Amino acid sequence: MKKFSVKTIVATGIGAALFFVLGRFVAIPSPVPNTNISIQYGLLAFIAAVFGPIAGLLAGLIGHFFIDFSYGWGVWWSWVIASAVFGCMMGFITGRLKIDEGEFDSKAIINFNVGQVVAHVLAWVVVAPTLDILIYSEPANKVYLQGVTGAVVNIITTAIVGTLLCIAYAKAIPKKGSLTEEN
Amino acid sequence: MTNLFNYIERKSPVHDLTGATKLVCLMLWSFAAMTTYDTRLLLTLSVGGILLFVVGKIRVKDVSFMLGFTLVFLVLNTILLYVFSPHHGTEVYGTCTYLWGTSGRYAPTLEQAFFQFNYILKYFATIPIVLLFVTTTNPSEFAASLNKIGVSYSVAYSVALALRYIPDVQKQYHEISQASQARGIELSKKASLVQRLKSASAILVPLILTSMDRIEIISNAMELRGFGKNKKRTWYMARPFRVTDYASMLICALLLCTSIYLNHLNGGRFYNPFR
Repeated sequence: MKKFSVKTIVATGIGAALFFVLGRFVAIPSPVPNTNISIQYGLLAFIAAVFGPIAGLLAGLIGHFFIDFSYGWGVWWSWVIASAVFGCMMGFITGRLKIDEGEFDSKAIINFNVGQVVAHVLAWVVVAPTLDILIYSEPANKVYLQGVTGAVVNIITTAIVGTLLCIAYAKAIPKKGSLTEEN
Repeated sequence: MTNLFNYIERKSPVHDLTGATKLVCLMLWSFAAMTTYDTRLLLTLSVGGILLFVVGKIRVKDVSFMLGFTLVFLVLNTILLYVFSPHHGTEVYGTCTYLWGTSGRYAPTLEQAFFQFNYILKYFATIPIVLLFVTTTNPSEFAASLNKIGVSYSVAYSVALALRYIPDVQKQYHEISQASQARGIELSKKASLVQRLKSASAILVPLILTSMDRIEIISNAMELRGFGKNKKRTWYMARPFRVTDYASMLICALLLCTSIYLNHLNGGRFYNPFR
């Protein structure tokens, strides 16, 4: 059994629950099938940035699985795996950020956003369509259109929602040495 | 919560199978349907799925909403498939038979019609079994059974935690959203898309901050009770395997073997009647 902390386990569970609620009840359908304008990836990016790649990977996997599961249209494994890949990538890229110590300056914002663009492109333009072709052998141009649309929409929502979340969370935590002596 | 996940409590042989068995069967069955485009096997799977539906005592009425959703999805996908590659079928089957003597990019061909028929059939091979899984599996038992098929118990516990807290988070989201709307945050169609995304974040911030507190509290409670100290743990909802469990897993494994064998026999994933 792999060793990971109790906090990671709990963060994964709660993260997946949040991902599910946001994805299931706050989704706005876009004109291309299989693709929703979804704000849950902003949350997933945040969870991954704070709790690391394992929490990001599992929260994406479990949350997305339950969304598909509750709609009852069948679990679309290629996209579930892409969500997990995004969470995991995000965790690795933002590994050096210290959001949970209250640090999220403009440099960190750039790191976070460049990271999320790279992770989204990898997940939706590379992983998801490739798996679609391998598993379901669908025509390439259709799945790439779906993938690119998903990537663009997710990048925009993550840039807005994810960044705002990180800023708000970092602000809520008192920084090291933030207390000064009063005269 | 049972409403959320469409679980329907009834007495039937399908309900009696453990969650782990059903998950394994679902995976094997959908892999069997995924790997092949062989019309004969897909037909068998579709008919088998519908028969199992009857055995599971699930009525069409119970799943009409989900079924409608899936069918709309299927129709959209089928149309999109035709719009994007009207000649996918001719590429796959290697011959080109125009129907009604017309030719051109969007002229219907027999091969394309057959490919699209198989594509639809592929959905019908998996839809009944997925609906059956969703309606006959108790979510809590599902989390317990993950551990049994080799998933480490920490991960299985994350799944159980997610299931436990989904209703709480949902309730909290609702409360915060109503409180914010009372303060004048606009979420309806009147606001622009960017504005709506910003408002959604305004609701998210309190939700996330309380969730972070919650994570702290739960992990402290679990740590105090020594979670993760032992190599194994028991589950309240777990059930032992019975003969029917092994039998159904064996049958599904055989289906997957058939599918792989057919791939080998057809020299590819497609059954080609045109050659």
